[in-house]
Amino acid sequence: MQQALFDYTLYLADSALILGQRNSAWCGHGPILEQDIAITNITLDLIGQSRSLYQYAAQLKGGDATEDSLAYLRNEREYKNCLLAERPNGDWGQTILRQFLFSCFQRELYTQLTKEKDSTLAAIATKSLKEVNYHCRWSGEWVLRLGDGTAESHTRLATALENLWPYTGELFKGVEYELALGMDPASLYTPWLSAVQSTFEEATLSLAPVASCFMQLGGKTGIHTEELGYILADLQYMQRAYPGCDW
Amino acid sequence: MEMRNLEELFQQKIDQEVKIEPKDWMPDAYRKTNIRQISQHAHSEIVGMLPEGNWISRAPSLKRKAILIAKVQDEAGHGLYLYAAAETLGQSREQMINDLHSGKAKYSSIFNYPTLTWADMGAVGWLVDGAAIMNQVMLTRTSYGPYARAMVRICKEESFHQRQGFETLLVLSKGSEAQRALCQDAINRWWWPSLMMFGPRDSESTNSDMSMKWKIKRKTNDELRQQFVDMIAEQVKLLGMTLPDPNLRWNESRNHCDFGEINWDEFWQVVKGNGPCNKERLEARKKAWEDGAWVREAAQAHANKQRTRNKAA
Repeated sequence: MQQALFDYTLYLADSALILGQRNSAWCGHGPILEQDIAITNITLDLIGQSRSLYQYAAQLKGGDATEDSLAYLRNEREYKNCLLAERPNGDWGQTILRQFLFSCFQRELYTQLTKEKDSTLAAIATKSLKEVNYHCRWSGEWVLRLGDGTAESHTRLATALENLWPYTGELFKGVEYELALGMDPASLYTPWLSAVQSTFEEATLSLAPVASCFMQLGGKTGIHTEELGYILADLQYMQRAYPGCDW
Repeated sequence: MEMRNLEELFQQKIDQEVKIEPKDWMPDAYRKTNIRQISQHAHSEIVGMLPEGNWISRAPSLKRKAILIAKVQDEAGHGLYLYAAAETLGQSREQMINDLHSGKAKYSSIFNYPTLTWADMGAVGWLVDGAAIMNQVMLTRTSYGPYARAMVRICKEESFHQRQGFETLLVLSKGSEAQRALCQDAINRWWWPSLMMFGPRDSESTNSDMSMKWKIKRKTNDELRQQFVDMIAEQVKLLGMTLPDPNLRWNESRNHCDFGEINWDEFWQVVKGNGPCNKERLEARKKAWEDGAWVREAAQAHANKQRTRNKAA
């Protein structure tokens, strides 16, 4: 098995799953019915992406690995999702901004992956990109509404920015498996920042307060925040409580 | 035209199976009954998202997670069509939601029961959606046009949910001993509350007579309940499980299943707000609405600003 490719695929899968798991908590609790449905669509897209990626990772690993054994039976230190994905939902502003920062990154990353020589990853990226473009548009429209809307919504969004920005640096800092595959994400930073900035400007949201913040790293190599243990406890409960069953 | 003639014309249309449409004349009581019933139905879809939403984070496989999320999302979609159908009668969605939150409007009592294990996702789909479909299939022919058309679409999705629920239980029934125990336990807990979903006995139902005359309803509570019992009594055999009713047996002379007495005291207690989860369900809905207030205000403020900017441009 090609370890770097396996790890890299898991990084992509875990990030999509953990963000999907986070977003899914809004289902039935959204601020208005239409948006409850919209964020749940995004949740379903992310879980769908993670499934395709886990299936590929399982194929790379061989033996009796399955999408579920990879999602449900690995521990905190084996998960490789970016830290941004595991940040708490907070209020609607934080959820929106987390989605926007992540989706804009995914758009750059998947665009690059569509040209990748690994045809499976390229195919998954091509399919997912259609969804991700919509996620960028939807979350971008909400960043605009909240930034431009009321004094309260603007303040809440600015707070979310302070909470989340320190977790964006990791996305562009290549780790061993990325570098081994020649997939250094550093080159994605400039187009990502430019897309993010252009929406922020329209939303009158300033990057100045976070411009020099210290970036948190570690998720991609399995060093997470305290949040992940609880997320996995919830996610993996059934498989841990009833091992070896079909569902 | 005189009121009497209008009423006669209205009843003629109903009798001739012509749908009543939003701009048609209708008796006030017909309008009110439809608003009450459609909004209550919409609220049931929305509150109904909560007990199943409870298991989204813990679904046992990625496939089951995706299925469950899609299902709960379908309920949100049903709520949306139904609120829209009720709005055609002149009631705003906001007013309906306020009535839910104040306790003035009801929702189906079934959602005041807790979902305690994963097997409940199967039992809710099979029994609760199954019971709902009995009612809903009848409503595809209800006399108010927008309601009937909304129900056609809803029924397609609901019958899919019922099959999914049954399939969830079927997998459990073929699984380990622990899985089979989960399956039987969920059926035991959801059976009686499902029968209560059809409402009081015909002899005690206050809204039935006019609703039948106006063809809002086309079958009585007891007729629908009997139809449901007959169907489930057969389906449960495929699971190799039992229904928790020692009096359940086929009655050749009636050509129906006989079944035991519903605990009507429990039924009325849950209706009155004393069920296991009444408080939690309503609190969760109120919290979502209140927490979302600043979001809705921001969206409105942004839309207003945009309009002003566009005018200025």
